[in-house]
Amino acid sequence: MGFVYALVAAGLSLIFGLMELVNFAHGEFLMIAMYVAFFGWSLGGIDPVLGAPLGAVALAALGWATYHGVIRHILSGPMLAQIFATFGLAVFLRNMAHFVWGVDFRTVQDPWLSGRVSLGGVFVGLPQISASVAAFGAFLALYLFLSRTETGLALTATAQDRQAASLMGIDTERMFALGWAIGGACVGVAGALVAMFFYIYPDVGGTFALLAYVTVALGGFGNVPGTLAAGVVVGLVEALAGLLIPPAFKYSVVFLLYLAVVLWRPQGLFGRF
Amino acid sequence: MAGLILEARGLDVLLEDYQVLWGAHVDVGEGEIVALLGPNGAGKSTLMNTISGLLRPRGGEVVFAGRSIAGLRAHRIVREGVSHVLERRRLFPYLTVRQNVLLGAYNPAARAGRDEQLRRVTELFPLIESRANQLAHTLSGGEQQMVAIARGLMARPRLLMIDEPFLGLAPRIVDQIVGVMARINADGVAILFIEQNVERALGIAHRGFVLESGRTVLEGRAADIVRSPEIRKVFLGG
Ligand SMILES: Nc1ncnc2c1ncn2[C@@H]1O[C@H](COP(=O)(O)OP(=O)(O)OP(=O)(O)O)[C@@H](O)[C@H]1O
Ligand SMILES: [Mg+2]
Repeated sequence: MGFVYALVAAGLSLIFGLMELVNFAHGEFLMIAMYVAFFGWSLGGIDPVLGAPLGAVALAALGWATYHGVIRHILSGPMLAQIFATFGLAVFLRNMAHFVWGVDFRTVQDPWLSGRVSLGGVFVGLPQISASVAAFGAFLALYLFLSRTETGLALTATAQDRQAASLMGIDTERMFALGWAIGGACVGVAGALVAMFFYIYPDVGGTFALLAYVTVALGGFGNVPGTLAAGVVVGLVEALAGLLIPPAFKYSVVFLLYLAVVLWRPQGLFGRF
Repeated sequence: MAGLILEARGLDVLLEDYQVLWGAHVDVGEGEIVALLGPNGAGKSTLMNTISGLLRPRGGEVVFAGRSIAGLRAHRIVREGVSHVLERRRLFPYLTVRQNVLLGAYNPAARAGRDEQLRRVTELFPLIESRANQLAHTLSGGEQQMVAIARGLMARPRLLMIDEPFLGLAPRIVDQIVGVMARINADGVAILFIEQNVERALGIAHRGFVLESGRTVLEGRAADIVRSPEIRKVFLGG
């Protein structure tokens, strides 16, 4: 699961790094991605494994629209306005999901990938493993895009110094929109992947979002490679805690770790600042 | 002197609700070196930021190479041939020297001739090759300033603007940068730079403009400004 958390967190971290703005609707983005994968499967017969690109495109569009429809207009506004804007978006998306799709728990039945395999004596579901592999692949693709392509470098440069970037001839507003689209694509892929084995309901984003905030904070805000490492740490801690103590408490161990790290190293385990 | 390449006049600029520039003006001739002088807080950086499009003037006009550029956004203005090296270098700290330098040629007008320009800039600043893979924030101040100027040159500007190129640098490094500025200028690039040290600035520049409290209070040939009694008044307060 660590790679999936890392992917969710990467989207959050990218947007934060770019514009010092926390997207409080990130969990709801994930929820929408899960519904996209679900309806892709139930209406279009698209298996969730193949739903990942679908989720990526749909959520990239949502991210892009969010930037142009909401974020762009409040950037120069006070901090509080920015918080309320994405928080309001979260509430809106959640209520819309309640209204349109109801409170039912949905699941994808009989995905192509099912069953369990033994990894060194521990049984792990095949969907979970393939989700991890796919999430890692997506993360790698993101990393290579950011560090190896011209546009990726322009995005990174914008995150590091907006004014200097614009003096290079980089249209920073386009980079912001692109960042929201890529951030959306990250949760889009992650949402489609977890839809293979997770219940789908309007409030499902909450847990994932909390873990994503923890992951981002551990990894150092705006530091994408650090996010991968932090995601793995969070995934491992969650899994180990789940084995050692009642599963209901496993997240409390994760948050305890988070508190410990924040107190000891406020810039995050892998933070630079 | 050939015609003007840059003419900014009557600039009124506000930062938040506070007016910093009051009808300020500056101009630069084709192939000329011009110093922008003035005490701390006079509005020198604000004036340069307005020319490069980081700030929008409330009133006034900026004409570059015969075209009005006031109100255009910064990424558009660099394409016209104005390159701006910000105060305190402002490299991308977690990118390498090479990545920083190549980003200097990001704008479409410069990208086509990027490799050729890189060769010329490397001749001026060999360190962008020897330190190519070093992260920018690990360089010394002098090295950072050289990379920042190299990055600015990658845009193939007709006018290079540098905000306080010598700030906090050792005399040996200052001499080195002065030498490079002369070579850049010899290639036909006009230079506008900000400097607090009047003698040093006017030793390099052909002409100077003096800003005080957001107004241009003095302008002229370097030799005349150094000798003028007003310059003492501005800098020594009497
Ligand atoms: N964000 C801001 N909001 C309001 N006032 C500002 C802001 N930034 C700068 N100022 C003020 O604007 C004035 C001009 O600043 P500017 O940086 O242009 O001066 P400068 O001549 O470049 O000074 P220095 O030599 O210190 O670099 C100063 O009085 C400064 O206090
Ligand atoms: Mg200044």
